[in-house]
Amino acid sequence: MSGPAPWLAVLALAAVQAALFALVGAERLLGWVQTACASAGLPYNTVMVLAGSGLLGVSSAVIGSYAVLRRRSLIGDAVAHAALPGIALAYLMARERNFFLLLLGALVSGVLGAMVISWLRQSTRTRQDAAIGLVLSVFFGLGIVLTSAVQRDPSGAHAGLEGFLLGKTAGLVSQDLLLIAVTSANILLLVWLFQKEFLLLSFDPGFAAVQRWPVPALDILMMTLLVAATVIGLPAVGVVLMAAMLIIPGVAARFWTDRLAALLPLSGAIGLGSAVGGTYVSSIREGMPTGPVIVLAAAAVCLFSMFAAPRRGIAAGVVRRLQMQERVARQNLLRSLYELVEESPDSAVTAEDVAGKRSWSVADAMKLLRRAEARGEVRRTMDGRWTLTDLGLQRALDVVRAHRLWELYLVEQASIAADHVDRDADELEHILPPEMLHQLEDRLKQKGRWPEDRVPASVHPLEGAAREGR
Amino acid sequence: MTATQEKGIVEDTIASGAPPLEIHDMTVAYQRRPVLWDIDLQLPEGRLIAIIGPNGAGKSTLIKAALGLVPRASGRVEVYGKPIEKQLSLIGYVPQRESVDWDFPVSVLDVVMMGRYGRLGWFRRPGREDRDAAMDCLRKVALQDFAGRQISQLSGGQQQRVFLARALAQEARLYFMDEPFAGVDAATEQAILTILQELRSHGRTVVVVHHSLQTVREYFDHVVLLNMRVVAHGPIEEVFTEENLRNTYGGRLPLLEQAADAVQRRSV
Repeated sequence: MSGPAPWLAVLALAAVQAALFALVGAERLLGWVQTACASAGLPYNTVMVLAGSGLLGVSSAVIGSYAVLRRRSLIGDAVAHAALPGIALAYLMARERNFFLLLLGALVSGVLGAMVISWLRQSTRTRQDAAIGLVLSVFFGLGIVLTSAVQRDPSGAHAGLEGFLLGKTAGLVSQDLLLIAVTSANILLLVWLFQKEFLLLSFDPGFAAVQRWPVPALDILMMTLLVAATVIGLPAVGVVLMAAMLIIPGVAARFWTDRLAALLPLSGAIGLGSAVGGTYVSSIREGMPTGPVIVLAAAAVCLFSMFAAPRRGIAAGVVRRLQMQERVARQNLLRSLYELVEESPDSAVTAEDVAGKRSWSVADAMKLLRRAEARGEVRRTMDGRWTLTDLGLQRALDVVRAHRLWELYLVEQASIAADHVDRDADELEHILPPEMLHQLEDRLKQKGRWPEDRVPASVHPLEGAAREGR
Repeated sequence: MTATQEKGIVEDTIASGAPPLEIHDMTVAYQRRPVLWDIDLQLPEGRLIAIIGPNGAGKSTLIKAALGLVPRASGRVEVYGKPIEKQLSLIGYVPQRESVDWDFPVSVLDVVMMGRYGRLGWFRRPGREDRDAAMDCLRKVALQDFAGRQISQLSGGQQQRVFLARALAQEARLYFMDEPFAGVDAATEQAILTILQELRSHGRTVVVVHHSLQTVREYFDHVVLLNMRVVAHGPIEEVFTEENLRNTYGGRLPLLEQAADAVQRRSV
């Protein structure tokens, strides 16, 4: 798997694009877009801004998802903050607002920040989180000092560097947006190309190395894409909030799917929606910074996902818990009823008897009994007492069987004292899958401990039944 | 590399009669602290080989260093007579279960398919053939009904079997398995053992980091007793003796330990 093949492919990709640009030129390309917009009746500037920020939203969300899955999401944050001094220095050196140079400065100082983090970790035993915090704040502090210096300088007052703090799409011209769009498209193209390799790298780099994949090189490639997405996002979203663009869509998408192949497009869609929406809102509201609006839009999607997603969401969890509680209460009721009348199946009991058997109030017991009545599991006798119907008896037998099987197993096989097993079995009987019950039966049969009748007798005295007396 | 080329290599290596794994004078250090000293090993072909030793003896490190996942301070490792780095296509690997994030968004089949990535090469996506091969491997570990499940929904034993299926999909000649029997249920233990024996019957060599002394004699042919250095290695009946075990487990070697401490202190 070694060899230059993949890197040649990447270089060829770059060469083809460079040739195309040289041939066509940015001006003519933008001219075509302008004509297309005019003939379609669309506002050219708005289209450019939305296309640029939209592509940016997709690419940062997709590459950021990998970072989230690899627990490296804060690296993006550090790189974004570390980029600020580079932006200011690039301006000071060029003495003009050259967008490409500003981003180049951001790239250089962002990468430098990332390298300092890994150096701190490897050479000084500083932990990752501390190293990130250190680099992030120190570089950011330096960046603020340099930016203020630029702005005090008369020539730099209109450099627009403050836009890099919280993001401002309004100041971007078509050429800037073209650079953002092309870079974004390339990030997506490479992620698509290296899909299989990135999956293996993210899930199990050790296994990848044994399969001869060049793990360090792939790691650097993925890191480069992350840094590239971060840097081109800075003008629109700002250094302070750029990390959110990398992190939030992936986190939100994870709630909805268990497959990376679905997570990446979904994350991209969330990134697209929030970037386009945020940019639009900030463009129609005077003085509204773009970055925070985009981030809030993404956060709203994330919050909704967190709550409403079918399996991993909070609401689904609450529903599951309530259903489980309901099932446990129902099964406990059936088992209590069965045990109360075990000796004489045709007798009936009062709600007080049931409540006394479990730690329920009489009102709770009544409520459960009425619900069971509605299900046809119990019925009232003439004198107002309760008795199991045939259906109820059937279901109760299943519950009691599971409970006692498990108790028997604990006593026989796991040598746990008989007076301790009731509570353990109480918790487990409700969740034992049928195949496990069969296994339990088999084991007990093998040991000759399987009783003849369908339900084994209890291993401990039954409170309620004992009180009834025989 | 095409399949026929690969086969050619395999035939070459068998003809040359070189052992599947040979380690010369390998020393490994973590954070400059030596954990394995001067390892010399030569393992025979077509055997089930256990690496055993107390906690911290360097069992996993031995495998990882041999595979190049952990840097070697010195020494060389050869597979069928050539440096292991050139022979990785002959190697299958089952890492420790805890080494990956089981909440990662992939399905059981996705993971097993990763065993095929090596032969796919750059950029090529797994196709029908790879899918069928992966399903066959899943059937061997009796997880065919779980193919579409997300991996976090499996029990520990099932997760271990997924890793084993992935290694089977590599179709290797020499397997390294890091604690495949750790924390698995009885059914999984039996299933894994059956597969190991099947691999042996096909002439494959399997090196297993093992933690249960009770089963060594029953499961394996060959044993490496390790405690920071190789105490003994060879066929079970010769090497798996009480005296060797006492030498392996009877306390660490205080001298080696002190030396390791000294090396670490000096180099920090």
